[in-house]
Parts: sequence; structure tokens; C-alpha cells
Amino acid sequence: MEMVSTSRSANWFLALYSSALGKKTVMALTGIVLFGFVFMHMAGNLKVFMGAEAFNHYAEFLRAAGEPILPHGAGLWMFRLVLLTSVTLHITAATQLTLLNRRARPVAYVRRDAVQLGYAERTMRWSGYLMGIYIIYHLLHFTVGSAHPSFSAANPYGNVISAFQAWPVSMIYIVANLLLGMHLYHGLWSLFQTLGCNHPRYNSWRRVFAITFSVVVTAGFLSVPIAVLTGLVS
Amino acid sequence: MRLHLQIWRQENPSASGNLVKYTLDDVSEDSSFLEMLDLLNEQLVGKGEVPVVFDHDCREGICGSCGVMINGLAHGPSARTATCQLHMRTFKDGDTIQIEPWRSAAFPVIRDLMVDRSSMDRIVQAGGFISVRTGSAPEANLIPVPKGDSDEAFDAAACIGCGACVAQCPNGAAQLFTAAKVGHLNILPQGRPERYERAAGMVAQMEAESFGSCSNYRECEAVCPKGISVDWIARMNRDFLVARLKGIQGKTA
Repeated sequence: MEMVSTSRSANWFLALYSSALGKKTVMALTGIVLFGFVFMHMAGNLKVFMGAEAFNHYAEFLRAAGEPILPHGAGLWMFRLVLLTSVTLHITAATQLTLLNRRARPVAYVRRDAVQLGYAERTMRWSGYLMGIYIIYHLLHFTVGSAHPSFSAANPYGNVISAFQAWPVSMIYIVANLLLGMHLYHGLWSLFQTLGCNHPRYNSWRRVFAITFSVVVTAGFLSVPIAVLTGLVS
Repeated sequence: MRLHLQIWRQENPSASGNLVKYTLDDVSEDSSFLEMLDLLNEQLVGKGEVPVVFDHDCREGICGSCGVMINGLAHGPSARTATCQLHMRTFKDGDTIQIEPWRSAAFPVIRDLMVDRSSMDRIVQAGGFISVRTGSAPEANLIPVPKGDSDEAFDAAACIGCGACVAQCPNGAAQLFTAAKVGHLNILPQGRPERYERAAGMVAQMEAESFGSCSNYRECEAVCPKGISVDWIARMNRDFLVARLKGIQGKTA
């Protein structure tokens, strides 16, 4: 077999990305970044149970992160840039692969049954795109404030309480986070497969990991609107 | 027993096909699925009609020639069997059975239920071999191979290249086939020197054909007549990624 060896170059990433398997790799790696983010976000949200002062102090800490080495808000913006890059790559690769997969079966089956395909796997694309829309709403709601009727930049805790007291808003968040949980359930298992992390001794733990973290993240996020709706937190 | 068949009839690759209904009587429960089609074809020929074209050869589940979608499942409802190993006792008197060819841009329909799977041959041509002349079979213990590795290599080598994995995959991906053909060589000492060139080349060829991409749905594993595990896909992905990190690009066919 002849082989062509190329040295690593600036084009290395583009060469990897041009391959479908490379796109999947990018989805897995950006998926890890995004999972790390939602986990931290969920953990941070639980500060709401420690009262207004703790929650608002935490919100201010996020803006001040990196000070005094970095100017106020700079650390946050660097973090946001990483997230924006990850989410853009994740969605772009998913869309390109979806189009590729459509072309791979130009004539549809009259009938093709699913053997073991679950609901989460089946809805991966739609849960992803719906969350994309939800994230835009979520940013306008709690970060920019334009989708919030009584937004106050100085009082994030108050914003959360007043928003979730309206049950339609809470419902949007509950549905979106159930979608997130399903998306994580398949994604957190799938990424091991894509990145080739496979060993007979650890393979069964990959599913345990996926179930545990998708449940923990979802339950953590859901606890806030439910606590507000039930009056547990006010 | 009496069966109501709905079979995809298509005259040539460019023609548009459709499901045609046939009623078949006196089908023996002990006959195989292919023998049932033989019975239908005998009757069609007797009536002066064109018989249904389908691929078949060994009829004992080892050649990989046969394979059709039976009621929406590649190789039908029985697990770990090729279409030829499916017995008519799986069905009941009066059942309706829908039969379609594999559907994939990489498997154009030749006629009726027969598809062209040479895209899979080209994947093997891109690295599914060992490129040194090994002569006649060597003394069995000359190259020590751990028992576990040899068993695993056999598991992957059991792939008969039927294409059921591609047919059942919602994305029309050929990952399980390619991974089995990469894996059975990459795990053995004879195949290891070309491990990364093989993975890179065969993945590149797979992507050059009109297959879809893997979403880790595991539908392939469920219908594979040889029960090949998706673990092989993870191993292939690892070899592919290491090849990329080493800057190794394989040669396509």
C-alpha cells in the first residue's frame, strides 16, 4: 500500500473537517465543551436555593472572573467566545452531516422499521435545533433582558423569581430542559463511540455515565422553575 | 400456507419501480425465504411473466449475496440470520409480506430486488488486505497471537459483506462494514504494521462512495446476520483519528 504523508499544518483542521468522520469528531469535542458548560451552569443555578444574596453575588463573580489580570467582563467574554465557537461548529457540522445523510438514501423505503432506535436518538436533530431557538430566547430573557417584562440587571435573583412565577415561561424552560436531557442522553454516550474510547472493561460505564449526567443536569435545571412555581423559593 | 406478497419491481436502474401484489399458495413452513421466492418465480415463468430478480448464492448464510428488506427489516424478523436462513415458519398463514431492495445511493438497484454493492468492494480495495506476499500457510504457532485477539479478529472477520448494516441505517452509513473490514486485520500482528494507513484509506474510500455518516444509532448491529458489534466502529474511529494526528493519509481505491 502506498502512503502519502503530510506534515501537520494550518490546514490540518480543515482537512479533518472536510471528512464526515472529522465532522463527527468536531461534534464530539464541541459537545464535551458544551456539556461542561451546561453542567457548571446547572450547578451555579442551584445557588438560587441559598437566597438572593448568594445568587446575585455569584452572578457578579461571573462578570468579575479573571480580575484584576483581565478588565471587568473580559474573562466572561472570552468564555462566551469559546461557547459561541463551539455551538456554531456543533450546529454547522450537524447540519452538513444531516444533508449528507439525506443524499445517501435518495429513494425512501416504503417501510423501514426501527429495531432498537430509541426516542432520544430519533429526535437528536430536532432536540438540537429546538434548543438552538430556546438558547436565543433564554439569552434575550435573562442576559439581555428584552424578553423579560421586569428585567433588572442589578438583581438576577429577582429576574429569575418574577420570570418563573408566570407558568407559561416556566413551561418553556421545563420542556427545553427535558429536550436537553434527551439530547445529552444520546450525546454523552455517542461521544465515546465517535472518539474511539472503547474498552471491554469500561464500555458498560459509558451508558451509566450518560444516564447519570443527563438526569443530574436535567433535574438540576428543572428544580429552579419547579421550586418557584411551587413557592419553595420566592 | 397462503401468503400475500408485495414485491418491489423495477425494470432497470433508471426506471421507477413500484410494489406489485402477488398471492402465493401452498408455501411450506419448512421452506426458506428464498425457496418461497423460487416457488413464486416458477409460477410466474409458468404464466409467461418475468420472474422476480434477487441475489443469492450459497443459501447457507456465508456468502453475503442475498439480502432484502422484509417488512421493514434487513434480512427479516429473525436475529442473526441472512435472508436465506429465514424460514417460512416465522410467518403465519394469511400474512402480508412486503419485500424491498436495500436502499442506498451507494447501492443502485440493478433490477427488482438486486442491487449493485461494488462500492463495498472498493472499500476493501482501499486497504482491506495485507500488502506483503505471505506465501503458503505458515506453521500455525510461528507468530504468537493471544487467544483473545484471535477470537476477536474472527468475530469481525465473520462479516459477509451483505450490506444489511447500510440498508437498515437511518443514515445509510457503511460504518459497521468498514469497521469490521478494518478491525479484523488491525487487531492481528500481520495487519498491525499498516494499521493507520488501512483505517485512513478505507474511511476515505467509504466517504468517497455515497454512504451517509454514523450517528451511533446501532441499528446496524441489530440486523447484522453475524452479530458484529458497534465496538468495532469505535476502534476504527480511534485508528482513523490517530492516523490524522500522525499525518498519515491512506490511499483510496
